[in-house]
Formats: sequence, C-alpha cells, structure tokens
Amino acid sequence: MDSALIIEKSIFIVVVFAVTMLMAMYSTWAERKVAAFLQDRVGPNRAGWGGLLQPLADGLKLFAKEEFEPNTPNKFLFFVGPGIAMATALITSAVIPWGDKLELFGRTIQLQATDIDVSILYVFGVVSVGVYGIMIGGWASNNKFSLMGAVRAASQMVSYEVAMGLSIIALLMMSGSLSLHDITVQQHGMNWNIWYQPVGFLIFLICAFAETNRTPFDLAECESELIGGYHTEYSSMKMGFYLFAEYANMFISSTLISVLYFGGYNYPGMDWVGTNWGTNAATLLGIGALFAKICFFIFFYMWVRWTIPRFRYDQLMNLGWKILIPLSIINIMITGVCILAFK
Amino acid sequence: MSTVLLIFYILSAVTLATAFLTIYTKNPIHSAIYLVICMVSIMGHYLLFNAQFLALVQLIVYAGAIMVLFLFTLMLMNLNKEDEVHKPRMTRYAAIIVFIVLSAVLVYVFTDTKPIMGEYDYTGEDFQSIKTLGKVLLNEYMVPFEFASILLLAAMLGVVLVSKKEKDAN
Amino acid sequence: MATSIQNISLSGKKKQVSNKEMTFWERLYLVAIIKGLLITIKHFFRKKATIHYPEQVREFSPVYRGKHTLKRDEQGRENCTACGLCALTCPAEAITMKAAERKKGEEHLYREEKYAEIYEINMLRCIFCGLCEEACPKDAIYLTISKELVPAQYDREDFIYGKDKLVMPLEVAMANTQKLN
Repeated sequence: MDSALIIEKSIFIVVVFAVTMLMAMYSTWAERKVAAFLQDRVGPNRAGWGGLLQPLADGLKLFAKEEFEPNTPNKFLFFVGPGIAMATALITSAVIPWGDKLELFGRTIQLQATDIDVSILYVFGVVSVGVYGIMIGGWASNNKFSLMGAVRAASQMVSYEVAMGLSIIALLMMSGSLSLHDITVQQHGMNWNIWYQPVGFLIFLICAFAETNRTPFDLAECESELIGGYHTEYSSMKMGFYLFAEYANMFISSTLISVLYFGGYNYPGMDWVGTNWGTNAATLLGIGALFAKICFFIFFYMWVRWTIPRFRYDQLMNLGWKILIPLSIINIMITGVCILAFK
Repeated sequence: MSTVLLIFYILSAVTLATAFLTIYTKNPIHSAIYLVICMVSIMGHYLLFNAQFLALVQLIVYAGAIMVLFLFTLMLMNLNKEDEVHKPRMTRYAAIIVFIVLSAVLVYVFTDTKPIMGEYDYTGEDFQSIKTLGKVLLNEYMVPFEFASILLLAAMLGVVLVSKKEKDAN
Repeated sequence: MATSIQNISLSGKKKQVSNKEMTFWERLYLVAIIKGLLITIKHFFRKKATIHYPEQVREFSPVYRGKHTLKRDEQGRENCTACGLCALTCPAEAITMKAAERKKGEEHLYREEKYAEIYEINMLRCIFCGLCEEACPKDAIYLTISKELVPAQYDREDFIYGKDKLVMPLEVAMANTQKLN
C-alpha cells in the first residue's frame, strides 16, 4: 500500500466525518425549522441569518451545562453509553459510496472510504451494535424510566432488524452483490431500484424509522410516558451525544435509503455530463444529487414526525412481527419468481 | 514483531480477559456486557483471518441479536444480590475437579501438537468473498445447510407453540 | 323532527359517528398517512402567524390596559391632587402616595393646590383592572394611553414604579397640547 493512498483515504475519511457531523448539526436546526414551519411558526431565527448559527449556540449551551450524575453504582457504564451510541452512528459511513471517481493531481480517487465485499452486512452489524449505547446508558442510569426506555429500544431494534434484513434480501437477489458500490453502479441513470422494489422500499423505510427511534416509533424516549426514556438522567454533552447520535443515524439511514433504492449518486443524464463537461463535473454533480436525495429523506423524517402520532407498544410489535415480516417474505418470493421468469 | 502478531496478542488478551470476567463478575448485566466484548473481539480474530463475512455474521448474530436479547431479559428481571441462587458446596468441588482434569487433557494435547510448516496451496480463488462461500454452501454442502434451516424452523415453531396461550379446555 | 336537537350543527362540522368495519385499504392506513402528510405540507407553505416581537409589535386594542400614566394637563401641569381615591379603590392595594402642599412658584408644575409628593404603584401587585382610572376625579391616571407593557425585571424593587416612571413626560404633554391647538 503506497503512502499516497493512505493520505488520500485519511483525508477522505476526515472529510466524511466532518460532513456527517455538519449534517447532524444542521439536522437539529432543520428539525426545529421544519417543525416550526409545519406548525405555522418561523422557528429559530435569531442566531445568524435564519438561525443558521443556532446549532453552534446549542452546542455551546450543552458544553456549558452542569454535568449531573445520578446516584448509580455504574458510573463507568453511564459514561460508556453515549460513547457507544456516537461511535456506532459515525462508523457506518465508512462503506457508503459518496460519489464516483474524482481525478485530482493525476490520481483517480474513489469517493468511498472502503469498498468491502459485504458492505450491507457491515452496516447491519454496526447498527445492531448501536442499540447497546441506549441499553447500557438506560440501565446504568439507575432509573426506572430509563430502564423502560432501554428495554423498549432493545426489543424494538431486534424486532425491526429482522424485517429490515428480509426486505433487503429481495433487493440483494436482484443485485447479486452485497457491495454498496456495485449496487449503486447497477442503478446507473434512472434504473433505480425503487421501480423494481416498491414494497421492499416501504418496508425498509418503516424499519429505518424504527431503527433510528424516530416518531412514530420513538417509544424509547417518549416524553409523555417515560419523561425522556433512556436519556432521562443525562445532561450536558452526554445528553448532546445521544441527540447527536440520533441525528447522525438519521443522516446515515437517509443515505442508505438513497443509495439502496434511489440510485445513490446517479442522476439522469450523467453520461452526457461526463462526456461534455468532464468526469470531475459529473462526479461533483453526482455528489450533489446524492446529497439532495439525502436532504429530502431527512426532511421526510421530520415531515412524518409532525404528521403521525406515536404508536402504542403492542401496535408497534404487531406491525413489526405480524405485518412487516410476512410482507417481506412474500416480497422475497415474488421477487424470486420474477427473477426466474424474466432473466 | 509483525503488526498482525501484535494485533493477535492484544485481541487474544482481550478475549481471554473478558471471557474470564464474564464468569467472574457477580453482576449478571456486567457479565453479559463482558460477553459482548468477548464476542466482538472474536470478530476481530475472524477479521485477522480475512474472513469478513464470518466476522460480520459473528457481530450481527452474537453481539447484535443474541446478546441484546440476553441483556434485554436480564434488565427485565433486574436481578439483585438477594435473589442469587444458592449453590451447594458439592457443585463447587465438582467444578474444580472437572476444570483441573479438562485443563490437564488440553495441556497434554497441545504440548504434543506440532505447527504445520508446509506451504499453503495457492488456488487464486478469493475464499473470503461471499460469492465463493455461497457457491460452496449451496452446492457441496446443500444438504447440511438445509438441515440447519429445518432445525431452526422447528425451533421457531416450537417456541411459538410453547409461548402461545392455551385456549380454555371447556 | 326536522329541527330536533340531533340535527342541529352549530359549527357546521358535525359528523355522525359510525362503527362500520374498515375496508382493506382503510386498514392499511397508507392512504390516511398520505392524506395527513399532504395536510402538514400545506401548512409548510402557509403564511406564518408569528409576530417578530421586538421588531414588530402587535397593535394594541384601544381599550388595552397597560402601564399607568399620570397625566399632565395642556399646560404641562400634573393633574393628580393626591386625593387617594385610586389607592382606596385598588383591589390589589398596589398604590401608595404621600400628599404635599403646593408652594408659591410651583403653579406651573401642579394644577391643584395639593399634589402627590410620592406616588408609587407596585406592578407586581397591580392586576391592571383599571378601577383607579375609573375612580380618579381629576382625570389624572390612565392605563390606556401609555401603550406599553410593564417589562420584566430581575429584582422585586424594580417593579415599584415611582413618579419618575409614571408621570407623563413633559414633551409628550406639550406635543398633545400642540395637537389640540
């Protein structure tokens, strides 16, 4: 491995990390803005133009807050919880193809941190570990409400991971590869997977909402029943880490939805741009297209949050086990029959 | 010392230490968390073998699913010091004896082994890729693979049957 | 039966509740969710109801009762004669005052022979009922003309408003006089 490659990858990883943090930061701003706009208000507009400096002010406030620790025998685990949540939220972005090739300084740079063979499994693995952050934090808080939130989060994640995995399988049967890069390349132009897998997309979307603990599935932290759920006892930047992890997760899952079902960095007319304006222009436009899709899905998360009320717990479990899983199995069967018939 | 060897030593130390702590700690939740770390470090061992698929399946299945369920039940039960099960002294002695005998056997076996010094055959095939793995699993090992799935299905049906509420007899 | 109470809908939004079985599409809830999403997105583009307070101020109603003003007459003299009727009528007992006699040479300051040397209103006690305004025989105290709210403070002492804050500034009185002429 030459050192130039290492430098290139390091820079790329730092950039991806920074962008993820930035997106998570501005998701908090967007959340408040979208919530306000959907309720005929204007939202934060004092700090900077249109409230654009609001996330910085929020972060500063969280840093400056008193760090309260509950009387718990598990001080160490109390610290570890938010750390795990944050770490797992950030390392998922390693396998996501952010764009096609970029030609800089006589080198061809692949805009992906690593293209492993089993990218999707990697994402699933990291997401499934992510629940430990919530569980450990909720348990170590030594508070009944936190524990309830943690237990709910755990069972919800485990139940919806099954349906999510099954909905992905139908897609994988079509693509024949677990690599996100291959899947993106196959969706060249407008050949997006959403046209072939609408039901799979719907299941994946619902499961993504459940996995990121967003409304209507935010039972792990529902204020009206559990005060703050798993982060009831948290304050200061530890609390900020949980919130940040939630928004980073939202960003990553929006990215996954765009990459898996909406063609990732592909956009119609990509070849024309590539031949007429050069590869770099096409790639940069591709990154723009991917981010437009991501932003739409982040907006969609917020849009749904202020539209649909929270599910009751038994409804959540019914939806996961009795509807989504059978539906995704049927989807796999239909996909199999179609592949046999048309290919 | 090569990097791989160094990583191997660190990973092994973590694996052994957490495995030991899993048994040693009194608090059931702590021991479950140690087991999680143990599972994740075993995933690291798989990665050292360049077995990416196996490593990620280890992570998803053991750390991501089974241990989450373990922790889930432990948290639900919320075990305290008071409800610790009383263990008779006999079982302790029996455990110590079994442990000594087992380790004697293992030490005997391992002192007699010799490391393989031969060269690996290079076939040019990428054995860590899931394509190869899938072909092997669904061609040569089709029957055991299907048996495993039938076993899982039977287990699932059994769980459903056991957990289902019985209708009133009359 | 035509005008019985069951058939009247005052708001025009009355709906008969029915417990009919939901159809398959209704049980999917997808249509309902999309309808809901459309409703919320309509609000996204709707005109916002917010008034940006320090820059924009909501218009006061003409009968709005805000901070009290002790009025001056058209020559700029204080109207108040410290009769104490406002303090007497105040249900919250927020008003205190101390009367003093007008000296020679102070005729341009006070209209009556007796005036309020100290006039204090405790804004924490005041309930802005306007009874002082109604009780005043000299047209001296008004809650409607300041068009101002009592702002928030950090200390309780700051809420006791003396004459420095209550008496209408001289320039305003002069301007009013000019408007009259």
